[in-house]
Amino acid sequence: MNDSSPIPPSPRAEFLGGIRAELPLLLGVVPFGMIFGVLGLAAGMPGWAVVLSSSLIFGGSSQVVFAQLWGAATPPAVTVATIGVVNLRHLLYSAAVADFLRGLPWRWKLLLAYLLTDEAFAAALPRFRDGPATPHRHIFLLGTGFTLWAGWQLSTLAGVMLGSTIPAGWSLDFSIALTFIALLVLAVHRRSDAGAALVAAAVVLPAMALPHKLGLLVAALAGIVAGLALRHFDGKRA
Amino acid sequence: MSTTTLLLTMAACGAVTFLIRLSFIAFGHHLPDDPRLGIVLRYVPSAILGALIAPEIFAVGGAADFSPDNPRLWAAFIALLTAWQTRNVLVTIATGMLALWALQAIRF
Repeated sequence: MNDSSPIPPSPRAEFLGGIRAELPLLLGVVPFGMIFGVLGLAAGMPGWAVVLSSSLIFGGSSQVVFAQLWGAATPPAVTVATIGVVNLRHLLYSAAVADFLRGLPWRWKLLLAYLLTDEAFAAALPRFRDGPATPHRHIFLLGTGFTLWAGWQLSTLAGVMLGSTIPAGWSLDFSIALTFIALLVLAVHRRSDAGAALVAAAVVLPAMALPHKLGLLVAALAGIVAGLALRHFDGKRA
Repeated sequence: MSTTTLLLTMAACGAVTFLIRLSFIAFGHHLPDDPRLGIVLRYVPSAILGALIAPEIFAVGGAADFSPDNPRLWAAFIALLTAWQTRNVLVTIATGMLALWALQAIRF
């Protein structure tokens, strides 16, 4: 909106601006990365795989789900499908930033897509939406994305090193459920959200008898349908 | 499962996640611009999290356990209240683990 500035911000200024916007969010991300490192080991994954998942998958809650499914010896195809569903919300982020990245070379689109996580998106969107439409603004997203990426890799590594010193028998696998409970409470804004979660939780227990660990996907689908059916009970809020 | 399986499964999960993130950035002009997509996607996190939580509480090790003696049930309930009040992931995890350890200590 503000086009009055005669000199557009330099690439360096955009990158540093992205780092500054992301740093406060690391406060929540770094401990979560460490917890993921610890619980990845508790779920039975080797340490190198826990660390590697942070760069290969690079999505906190989906990595927790991956560790859990790995621990439960889930068939690979079902694991991949489930991770896809968990990360499906990134479609919305991709759609939201697409307009601002139009016309960039492919290498930029590939790099920024890789870095497009919840936190990098959240920290960069105000710059895109409200800041000036200058040539280097995509580098702001590189700044938020890179900062989050580096923080996530280091904190996962720290968690794995810490986790290998914690004795078994501390029931640390329960931290997986606790992480999900906290994320669920943050995700529930309306009655229909709570309905989706309750129906999925009720369906998953009998559905665990389904072959190939398909119960999780069936239950998630039932929850989504329930949420859609219940959304007329949410009142008039947008 | 073997190391190769673990690596390939993880790489495939990464590829799927990357393609989802790339979708509209790279192929936006070929994808439908339908507001119904957002309406369906909004229920994905709640549904998948609900489906993930229930077995971790009620079916540890595969067998269903709905009895009030199940310490994870009460620890999860305390964590739920904590999450509700604080809206803080770390405080919720810490409180839930402390609750579980306390309940296990009382029982044994």
